[in-house]
Amino acid sequence: MGSDPRTEVRRRSRGAAAIVGAADLVSPTGELDGSTRRLEAQAIQAALDDAGLTMADVDGIFACTGGTFMPSIELAEYLGVQPSWTDATQTGGSSFEVLCEHAAAAIALGHCDVAVIVYAATPKSSFKKGGPGFGGGAQRAAALAGPVSPMVEWELPFGMRAPMGAYALAASRHMAMFGTTPEQLARIAVSTREWATMNPRARLRDPITIADVLASPYEASPLHKLDCCLVTDGAGAVVLTSAERAADCAKGGVFVLGTGTSHTHSMISAMPDLTVTAGAVSGPRAFDMAGITAADVDVLETYDSFTITVLLALEDLGFCAKGEGGPYVADGRLGPGGARPANTNGGGLAYTHPGMYGMFLLVEAVRQLRGECGPRQVPGAEIAVAHGCGGVLSSTSTVVLGTEATR
Amino acid sequence: MSGADPGPRRRFEPPVGDSGEPFWAATRDQRFVLPWCRRCGRAHWYPRERCPHCGGMDIDWREAEGRGLVHAVSVMPKPALPMMAEMVPYTVALVELADGPRMMTNIVADDPWAVAVGDPVVLIWEPLSDGRHLPVFRLEG
Repeated sequence: MGSDPRTEVRRRSRGAAAIVGAADLVSPTGELDGSTRRLEAQAIQAALDDAGLTMADVDGIFACTGGTFMPSIELAEYLGVQPSWTDATQTGGSSFEVLCEHAAAAIALGHCDVAVIVYAATPKSSFKKGGPGFGGGAQRAAALAGPVSPMVEWELPFGMRAPMGAYALAASRHMAMFGTTPEQLARIAVSTREWATMNPRARLRDPITIADVLASPYEASPLHKLDCCLVTDGAGAVVLTSAERAADCAKGGVFVLGTGTSHTHSMISAMPDLTVTAGAVSGPRAFDMAGITAADVDVLETYDSFTITVLLALEDLGFCAKGEGGPYVADGRLGPGGARPANTNGGGLAYTHPGMYGMFLLVEAVRQLRGECGPRQVPGAEIAVAHGCGGVLSSTSTVVLGTEATR
Repeated sequence: MSGADPGPRRRFEPPVGDSGEPFWAATRDQRFVLPWCRRCGRAHWYPRERCPHCGGMDIDWREAEGRGLVHAVSVMPKPALPMMAEMVPYTVALVELADGPRMMTNIVADDPWAVAVGDPVVLIWEPLSDGRHLPVFRLEG
């Protein structure tokens, strides 16, 4: 830790920006009405209302989906916003942590003052209407539309189900290297579902057992159906501004204490080490900037596209040593009342997952630090981590958030 | 090739991209070749015009061993594409080649569920409809 000579430079912007508004749109049915553009507008308005700001205050636009070719430009036009900062960085499910990092940096350097980050997708209702939905179908359609990509030439002929097959390969390797068991992976799904039972907005609210997970059919061995995330509609938005201006916002600020991002590969066949994600870089970078260690984290919101995604993140972020993720989760410590509360809204496994879950990590982290979570509130939460993971374990981005007391 | 009807396609047949042409051409003769960098002397996969190890741009295609170890493996109980329906259950694996690089492939096995990480495997060729072949593997011995 602290080996990066630029850490001191990055620390100058520790706490300089804050999330002041957060909102998400989800439904226990998994479906939402309306176009994605409408849902984006609704989510933004709700987040601005949450902050006590208006669209006229917005001068930073952050969007990596929606529209066609130029997401942030098309969205800004729709909203009637002429921004001074625009950002459409696309890193898959980690995009919203990346955009949060970019927004905080832009605000710290004075490039914009009020930043909006938004996401909406309706794969569940789209699939019902005959669309590609999300996952294999949509990804293949996109891959086949353009010039010959390495994925189409060197992976697609072998019939890996996407994306679950890629994560299954990582799980296979982790099991062989470290003795990780299907029961240990299943425990992550069980703990996450325990949280979902306490969230009336969650898609799946019935408790499950390890036996239930193991009895659910394989999607791609060794991953069972209940090791895999949902496919739902969903939308969310967060609003960031400077620490100074946050003091005047309706609910104050949740401060961006540290950020870090990295990626290692695009295709799973090109992942340098199937048991180590880019989180081993992004996590320490974010923690160093924030001046914290894993032990300081009160609540962890970490991307759970699959149970193995969580296991690898726990190791890479330093909550346990590499290879020890299985025993680490086996006592149920990720669940309510556990020593390492994680994915307190029910996660992508049980709350919602419209394809790029990272937005919902930020929203839940903000709610936990504000103490808004009711029965699932982690008592006294002062520091939260939102850790996104995109592609096929390809990109990670880690955001450390804290209350006023931690600034 | 014999010109015999290869039957219905069971797979998505790979298009030939910018860097893969020498590989696919060699598969017509069932020759397994890999791209080697003349500067650093290492093989890489997937084929690129620039060596990912050292940045060298002088790539040499050389005959390779066609042996390796199963690095990771997953059984697909459902097909990734409808045309693969009759293949299930089948394995998707990453194989660590004796020549260094790791590649995605299938391990053709009577019992796909028994294929394990660390198993030694050897290359076999599966014909494609245009005379090329697809490199897949079977358990050694």
